[in-house]
Amino acid sequence: MSTHTAQPGQDQLDVNDPGLSRFDIVREGARRDDIEIVHYEPQVAPGSKAERRLVRTVAAFFLLTGLAATAFLAIYIWWPWQYEPGRGGDKLYTPLLGVTLGVALLGIGFGILTWGKKLLPKEVSIQDRHEGVSTEDQKITGQTMLYMADELGVKRRPLLGVSLLAGLVPVGAVVAAPLVGGLISNPHKNNQMFTTGFAPQDGRKIRLIREDGRPIRPADISAGGQITVFPGIEHGVSNLHADSPTLLIHLRDADAAESRRNNEREGHGDYMWGNYAAYSKICTHAGCPASLYEQQTNRLLCPCHQSQFLITDNAKPVFGPASRRLPQLPIEVDAEGFFVAKSDYTETVGPDFWERP
Amino acid sequence: MKRRKFDMAAVPGNTARAVDERFQAATPLRKLLNKVFPDHWSFLLGEIALFSFIVLLLTGVFLTFFFEPSMTEVIYNGSYAPLRGTPMSAAYASSLDISFDVRGGLIMRQMHHWAALLFMAAIVVHMLRIFFTGAFRKPRETNWIIGSLLFWVGFLAGFTGYSLPDDGLSGTGLRIASAIMLSIPVIGSWLTSSIFGGEFPGTIIISRFFIAHVLLIPALLVALISVHLGLVFKQKHTQWPGPGRTNDNVVGERMFPRYAIKQGGFFMVVFGVIALMGGLFQINPIWLFGPYEAWVVSAASQPDWYVMFLDGSTRLMPDWQIDIPIGDGYVIPPLFWPTVVLPGILVGLSTLYPFLEARYLKDYRSHNLLQRPRDVPFRSGLGAMAVTFYVILTLSGANDVIADKFHISLNAMTWAGRVGLLILPPLAYYVTYRICLGLQQHDREVLAHGVETGIIRRLPDGRFVEVHQPLGVPDEHGHGELPYAGWVVPKKMNRLGALGPAIRGFFYPIEKPAEAPVSPGHPPVEPRPEREEIGSGETRR
Repeated sequence: MSTHTAQPGQDQLDVNDPGLSRFDIVREGARRDDIEIVHYEPQVAPGSKAERRLVRTVAAFFLLTGLAATAFLAIYIWWPWQYEPGRGGDKLYTPLLGVTLGVALLGIGFGILTWGKKLLPKEVSIQDRHEGVSTEDQKITGQTMLYMADELGVKRRPLLGVSLLAGLVPVGAVVAAPLVGGLISNPHKNNQMFTTGFAPQDGRKIRLIREDGRPIRPADISAGGQITVFPGIEHGVSNLHADSPTLLIHLRDADAAESRRNNEREGHGDYMWGNYAAYSKICTHAGCPASLYEQQTNRLLCPCHQSQFLITDNAKPVFGPASRRLPQLPIEVDAEGFFVAKSDYTETVGPDFWERP
Repeated sequence: MKRRKFDMAAVPGNTARAVDERFQAATPLRKLLNKVFPDHWSFLLGEIALFSFIVLLLTGVFLTFFFEPSMTEVIYNGSYAPLRGTPMSAAYASSLDISFDVRGGLIMRQMHHWAALLFMAAIVVHMLRIFFTGAFRKPRETNWIIGSLLFWVGFLAGFTGYSLPDDGLSGTGLRIASAIMLSIPVIGSWLTSSIFGGEFPGTIIISRFFIAHVLLIPALLVALISVHLGLVFKQKHTQWPGPGRTNDNVVGERMFPRYAIKQGGFFMVVFGVIALMGGLFQINPIWLFGPYEAWVVSAASQPDWYVMFLDGSTRLMPDWQIDIPIGDGYVIPPLFWPTVVLPGILVGLSTLYPFLEARYLKDYRSHNLLQRPRDVPFRSGLGAMAVTFYVILTLSGANDVIADKFHISLNAMTWAGRVGLLILPPLAYYVTYRICLGLQQHDREVLAHGVETGIIRRLPDGRFVEVHQPLGVPDEHGHGELPYAGWVVPKKMNRLGALGPAIRGFFYPIEKPAEAPVSPGHPPVEPRPEREEIGSGETRR
């Protein structure tokens, strides 16, 4: 639709004077909206060199958009896009799409911006804010509302108000009940917060297994080494037992002796087996796996919030925000020579909570 | 059959008339077209957030077509060879499919992520602009509160979205989130268990986060953004002080066409920048992190930037555990304070700030003129304090990376963060306060003495004085009487009385001054006519 040709329908808007220019009408319209157009200045003269140059610039931006968008489509359709190992052309697929799409959109953007900022007349208009409040209106509205309350007559008929409250408040609860009732879940069902996959099943002690499911013999870990172990039960190596991953550490002789001494002080004298100790891998702070074991200092660092636990002293926290030691898993070796858990953890595994005893 | 001549040119007019006869749209439409907006670059920061949000909606809808919000275990068999045969959740497998097996899926995913980061960044920067210029003052307190809420709702949107792919990194984030909920006294374990449907991670959290991320939170965002914009429209935008600008008017451009065109162009630019980032800059390469496994994590596990301040506060928190020796004993873990209490305080402080300041200043008037930060030193100081606090926390959220890259002890980084968090904010307050006063003082000096010229004159008695270029008519001492108006004062002398460059122009020499353009299509600008000049047929005011 062209805005430059005269439209007979709009001419009738000017009922007073057919001699007025369209800008006069615009200005009058603005005036009716309490706007004064105080400054209105074309930035380029029609037909001037500057105008032609700007028009060319805007056109170039739009054509660039067309070009880039076409390139986008071509790349989208024909460029090899499926993942191939190595350094194939498919690695360029997304960057090329991004560049072409970005250039296309920036082309429209800068084209429109140039059009608006350079080719359209500059103006300064002033509009009144009209923030004044009418106290009279406030009063009338207030009285209207109060009158409506009078009409309802809750004051005169108190039973209505009381019964409304007594009747409708439960309805509100009815709305909330299915949501709350459906979502709520007892955290202490099956004592789940205090047990892990290492809890003996039917009196049978649970083996410690690797990620691939194989059980572990003491000879499998060299001195100073450590390995992540899982309960040898169904789904033991999965997120279904997210609180069970445990770190089995083979301490060197001196460290093991110190560790055993400190264990005994805490009444955990029989938790280690030989020079082997097993501590929960789930940080007692926020539940990340505390997995960075520093052999030289026997410190275990949690990479999430940098809590550090001293393995040789019952894995007590020595730095960072953790306030509770990592629980220790009592271990021994069964008749076949594989590690088993003597019992479940004797302390609560994982991040702390209110009712942890 | 006889055909009537169809007048094409009359169609728009006739249509317009027909519409107006049915909807009486002409007057409101004209009011809308004519609405005046003040213009300043700093008013566009909020627009970036709005435009990013639109990009988020567009790319997000695309992603929902391919994402499967399920934690059912599947064996990956897609194009990405290194993970083939790995057991993983269906959510992670479908996220990998979006990245490798959906044509153009990766750029959509990356644009979505970048747009989310930009959305949050724009909100924060916009909020700083509002704060430092006093735009939150009466009558705009409501919009300030809505804006603060938008940050937190955006935070939730970001976190739920970040968790959906169920990769190694996001699963760790989810693990920490569950620990945070767990740390809340009394209700913690019940809340966590209810949200996760049992013990972490359960099997339902991804579906719940999905519906929150694609329906509940976006609906809330749309609602809040609508009210936010509606209030800006209703209350009219604030403006900087300046010639002709008062508390009771708006000086700027009418919305159509120029202002609206500039907005449209700006949207395209924001969209284009997001597209460039989404294509060129890799973000969240989930295939490198592997599926979430509760026992796997790597060093340098950082959340998205807007969560890092909470990560930082958690890292800096000392191990203060509160034991309550009643019955079996109860615990308030140290995690509770930096992740639940601190955000609570931040929400409270930020929403209440407009009212606190009004009370402190005993200023209950409406303000439509902005203040420059230098003119309200205490507020700028408080803002600098808050920014410092936030930056220290955010940096601490990456203190392991900083320690690693710069070979600093990790423990030293933590301690520096703890000490810095207490000492630097007050210092920032003091320094900002003094800088504000200094800047103000300099403005007043220019108003009184004029602009520095750099020209030194030697007086007959041997003294040297600098020549100042007065801004107004000076008295006999060379002092002006210009009032301080809270707006920019010129700091550079004009060409009058000094040598200009030999040839004007930067790239092309400008040989003659530009002629004042005159458009025959538009009448030349005239001085402001009286209201009574054109009779409108109805009496107004």
